[in-house]
Amino acid sequence: MTLERPSSAIADSENTDDALAARAALNQRTTAHTRVQLLRVVGLLVGLGVLVLCVMLSISVGAKPIPLPTVWHALIDDQGSYNQDVIFELRLPRTVLGIAIGASLGVAGALMQALTRNPIADPGLLGINAGAAMAVVVAIFIFGLTDLTSYVWFGFLGAAVTAFVVYFLGSRGRTGATPVRLALAGTAVAAVLIGLMNGIVIVNDFVFDQIRFWQVGSLVGRDMAIFAQVLPFLLIGLAIALFLGSSLNAIALGEDMAAALGARINRTRAVSALAIVLLCGGATAAAGPIGFVGLTIPHVARAITGPDQRWVLPYSAVLAAILLVGADTLGRIVLPSGELEVGIITALVGAPVFIALVRRTRMAQL
Amino acid sequence: MSTTKSQPAPAADRTRQGRRDSGDAVRVVRLAGDAVSFRLRTRMTFIYGTLVAATLVVFAITLMVGDYEIPLPRVLLALTGEGERLDVFFVQGMRLPRALTAILVGAALGVAGAVFQSLSRNPLGSPDIIGFTSGAATGAVLTILVLGGGMTQTSIGAVIGGLGTAGLVYLLALKRGVQGYRLILVGIGVNAMLLSARDYLMTRAELTEAMTAQVWLVGSLNGRDWTQVVAVSCGTGVLIPLILGLGPRLRLMEMGEDSARALGVPTQATQATALLTASALTGFGIAVAGPIGFIALAAPQLARRLVRANGTTLLGAGLMGGFLLLTADLIAQRALAPIQLPVGVVTAVVGGSYLVWLLYREWRTGRG
Repeated sequence: MTLERPSSAIADSENTDDALAARAALNQRTTAHTRVQLLRVVGLLVGLGVLVLCVMLSISVGAKPIPLPTVWHALIDDQGSYNQDVIFELRLPRTVLGIAIGASLGVAGALMQALTRNPIADPGLLGINAGAAMAVVVAIFIFGLTDLTSYVWFGFLGAAVTAFVVYFLGSRGRTGATPVRLALAGTAVAAVLIGLMNGIVIVNDFVFDQIRFWQVGSLVGRDMAIFAQVLPFLLIGLAIALFLGSSLNAIALGEDMAAALGARINRTRAVSALAIVLLCGGATAAAGPIGFVGLTIPHVARAITGPDQRWVLPYSAVLAAILLVGADTLGRIVLPSGELEVGIITALVGAPVFIALVRRTRMAQL
Repeated sequence: MSTTKSQPAPAADRTRQGRRDSGDAVRVVRLAGDAVSFRLRTRMTFIYGTLVAATLVVFAITLMVGDYEIPLPRVLLALTGEGERLDVFFVQGMRLPRALTAILVGAALGVAGAVFQSLSRNPLGSPDIIGFTSGAATGAVLTILVLGGGMTQTSIGAVIGGLGTAGLVYLLALKRGVQGYRLILVGIGVNAMLLSARDYLMTRAELTEAMTAQVWLVGSLNGRDWTQVVAVSCGTGVLIPLILGLGPRLRLMEMGEDSARALGVPTQATQATALLTASALTGFGIAVAGPIGFIALAAPQLARRLVRANGTTLLGAGLMGGFLLLTADLIAQRALAPIQLPVGVVTAVVGGSYLVWLLYREWRTGRG
């Protein structure tokens, strides 16, 4: 008798010594399991607490500083003051958009890395960033559009079409959309699009002047209208993603094992890809390509929770939202005048932390 | 890999055929009563031969066409230094060095890409992993935008940036030996920082200067002369044979480091040598032509798919890289003439389209 499967030993016989030992072991395991689950829940709550703090700071910090108590009063009590206008017209939309975009990018990154089982897979791997950028270039070059609101539709459409083409290309043949195929197809399609984009940009300096700012990734000038445009996509994407955890856990065992256990690999892959397109496509359309968040946050989440995707996904969402809102706030005060784009800050601040973490801890591998 | 067993060969020039599991026919050619024998992979030899021939054809076309067209007989005359003065000037002074630079840089990038993909056992593996490319890009952009440097200074800035970054990534990943996974993750972090620094510089610069930097970032062969040919041929002449010599060990290491060590491969030394050599090759390529995208990624994949090999094909990647870059540069010069596109635009579009087509065809037939 081993203690490998205590519950079956209990079922086999009622009152032997083996059964008693097994029952003790089962209890011990259940307690340990509960303790770990509790720790994870507490961790997530702490993360949410930090996020709330970041949100308050984000509302308070800017060209016109508003003290934290005033922020609190303005939020809960309608006074019609100037501060309140600043908060509701400018800071709050931007902050909420930051949370939504951060969470989306973090979840999309975790999905992508779980799907491809590749640590250098970023959510743009399906060609989303390249497709969005190309569509925005087309919007500027052919239609002469230069306002952020019109970029959103072009960006999202470009991202979705490109991702569809990549997935179609990657899922042909007998074995379906294997990770290597998706990665190669995504890279190849993205290269074509980026090449075309560079061709347009280099012969037309007006387009270049517009796109070089969009490409950095920023929340500057994003208002409630843009938020309303992308919110449905992000919400649907997040909802889908949170149900994918256990299916992705099966995929992590490898294709053959997952298939043997009865997991529907192709369906999980297709649904994950759909969620990634909604999340990353929506986020990129609204704020431009911010690659660092989706690439690194899932690694941090895995270092905290271990490889269980049911926990990696929510942790990625919370941590990425903290990073994005925090970086956006920092970007407003770090320069003596003007702002530093959030796409630049996330990498400049996040990367040293990430490297230190990689050096200190043993990262959970995919 | 060969399934032929060695049997006493009764006569000279005897060939026997076996099947590799990849489907490539292997002939064992025995000459002069087994005094000389070697394995000949039919498909591989055929593909390599075709690649060399195709490169020569494109090379000839490159020397002929342009705003001033020169027919082939006059090109040959000009190559020997005779013929009309204008012909000699265009062929020897401008087109020949540019074409040679394209072939050499392409080969360097292709081989380097194959090494990185083999070492990281990752089809997305490229010199970007250790931050080389983004380091070089940031170094060059810094030189152009902040220090106001010309072509030579930009090359130096790029190489310093690239080597510095690669060294930094290696050191940061160093902790009781360098572990592949940690190297990749540290590379991601350092890459992100450098790219955001580059973005910062690009968005704060004047438009015209930013355009100059953008052209360099895409990668271009415009106005390359014999100085560049000499530099890059010295580099590739030493480094490519060195890497080709490491080829068999690299293929063993693709089976996993433990297996390779058990088979007697000094894995740490091989890894370090290969990394260093491939980085240096990339450095030469970038210094001469800027960070031309996609060759390092696509050439090894294309070569091994054409040959249908199971492992890395270093030589094939080199030949394919040279052919791709030369062809791309021809298109870049002529497609929108008189507008001279940077070659990096074309490598991405043409190489990417070709890879898409190849993947599409391969997967439709159920291989791969």
